[in-house]
Amino acid sequence: MDQIFELLSITLGAILANNFIFSQFLGCCPFLGVSKKVDTAVGMGIAVTFVMGLASAVCSVVDEFVLGRFGLDYMQTVAFILVIAALVQFIEMFLQKSMPSLYTALGIYLPLITTNCAVLGVVLLNVQNNYNFIESVVYGVTGGLGFLLAIVLFASIRERLVFADYPKAFEGFPIALVTAGLMALAFMGFSGLKVW
Amino acid sequence: MNLGKQFKEGLITNNPVLVQVLGLCSTMAIASSFVSGPGMGVAVIVILTLSNIIISAIRKIVPDKIRIAMFIVVIAGFVTCVDLLIQAFVPDLAASLGVFIPLIVVNCIILGRAESFSYKNGVVASFWDGIFQGIGYTAVLVVMCVIREFLGAGTFGGAILNGGDGIRILPEQFPMGMLTLPVGGFLVLACLIAAMQWALSRPKNKEESK
Repeated sequence: MDQIFELLSITLGAILANNFIFSQFLGCCPFLGVSKKVDTAVGMGIAVTFVMGLASAVCSVVDEFVLGRFGLDYMQTVAFILVIAALVQFIEMFLQKSMPSLYTALGIYLPLITTNCAVLGVVLLNVQNNYNFIESVVYGVTGGLGFLLAIVLFASIRERLVFADYPKAFEGFPIALVTAGLMALAFMGFSGLKVW
Repeated sequence: MNLGKQFKEGLITNNPVLVQVLGLCSTMAIASSFVSGPGMGVAVIVILTLSNIIISAIRKIVPDKIRIAMFIVVIAGFVTCVDLLIQAFVPDLAASLGVFIPLIVVNCIILGRAESFSYKNGVVASFWDGIFQGIGYTAVLVVMCVIREFLGAGTFGGAILNGGDGIRILPEQFPMGMLTLPVGGFLVLACLIAAMQWALSRPKNKEESK
């Protein structure tokens, strides 16, 4: 029972209270770059969720059975980034063969997931927090869902920014950042949320 | 190679954060206190310069198709070295930067400079490019730290000057604590980029009005 509560608190924390974008600043580049349209934002969010879950699972195993066993803890960063890069490459090839429609929809964003700091971030945080295999996977998937929620909300607001009237100097990134800042303020409301 | 021009590009006209809009995650997350900003900046300068040198040195023997993977391996190697050095010699800094040191691997500035500059230019030019782009990044971090600390906590140089408390400039009841939180990162960076866009578009507007 304790285990379930523990997982539930990880879930709530990753999606709302400690949202990857709004309170930890992980994954801001794709968040700002791929949020001009809701459709692509949804695709990107789903792809990131998938990769984060998978990367958490694989890296947790690698850390436990390869790095930990042979005392190679200092190689964590290098090992993890290689695992993530290989994973993304495999997913790309798999999608190209079996789901070409999703592959074309994601397009250039798929290889870019390798350099998404949310993916490497979640893996490193798993190690830092000493999460076991199940906790790691749950944290990875729910962290991805938090990213999905944030990027979809942000993209839908951003589509309306076209009609907004703001100073010319704020065009492009600055107004998007202001919007993101206000959303971060809203998400701060969840920060007291806890599961007992 | 024109050093002055490269310096100006790195610091102002092609600033990695304000103009190329790269490496935002670390910029917003780190820049909340006076120590972590410059600390992170120095780490990035070192890694960027070293990886630029290596990548431009091996650029002719690396096949085009696997170049991104090669870049990442080179960068990850240097990041690991710097991470271990910081943990060994400046443990306080390591604690305050936390997960963001290993995350330099996926910092878009370094990969972006590898792809757009050092893969196409010689070793010496890449060396200076690394230093100047790194300085540009550090300058933005420092400016953000100072603004956020001044408006958010009302102090200057917290954690270093005046026995760790910093020099108080605003009375305690005035500062907006909000700015030291994540929200402040987004808003201050937005204002800085807006100011940059305004400044860069000014000469153009003048020419147009003539």
